[in-house]
Amino acid sequence: MTHLAELPSWAALLTALLLLLGAALALIGSFGLLRFGSFYERIHAPTLGSTLGIGFVLIASMLFFSVLRSRPVLHEVLITALMVVTTPITLMLLARAALYRDRTEGNDDVPPSV
Amino acid sequence: MITEMLIWSIFLAQILLVLAMGCAVIRILRGPRAQDRVVGLDTLYVNATMLLLVFGIRTTSTLYFEAALIIALLGFVSTAAIAKFLMRGEVIE
Repeated sequence: MTHLAELPSWAALLTALLLLLGAALALIGSFGLLRFGSFYERIHAPTLGSTLGIGFVLIASMLFFSVLRSRPVLHEVLITALMVVTTPITLMLLARAALYRDRTEGNDDVPPSV
Repeated sequence: MITEMLIWSIFLAQILLVLAMGCAVIRILRGPRAQDRVVGLDTLYVNATMLLLVFGIRTTSTLYFEAALIIALLGFVSTAAIAKFLMRGEVIE
């Protein structure tokens, strides 16, 4: 905790704000995952955490370490690029797999295949 | 004063992220079907990545960053593999 005191106040304020915003968005997304009724509604909720939530936390981390070390520390861009590329892929694969399973079991609440 | 505010907000962010992970764990346990559990697992991975980044800020060490990167990567690979398994019945054809 000793290093935290060396941070200028504007950077500390901004870091705290971004961290709280990111964590709150992640909580809202996970709560939606818990509350929604069907799988196709549920798959939308956690994307709130995996786009904006983790984005805010990564920006907070970049800002914090850049100001603290007084040089650009940007290796969090790696995680950002990874999340941007992988989140749509995983969720699309999952939704297609769920749709396929529902169709082969003959459930009524899914649209027919074109 | 402002440092204490930063420390408290890091603490609060950690609590919020742990609650989010708890929601994901409840979804994994409750199901009701396999795809719901997989979405819960994916959410758990994302929340764990964020929690590790917050740990890194709290301890001002970049060591946690590597762990966060590996968790993000493993989360993608595992979710893609399980989705493939749910679709086809096998991972590598």
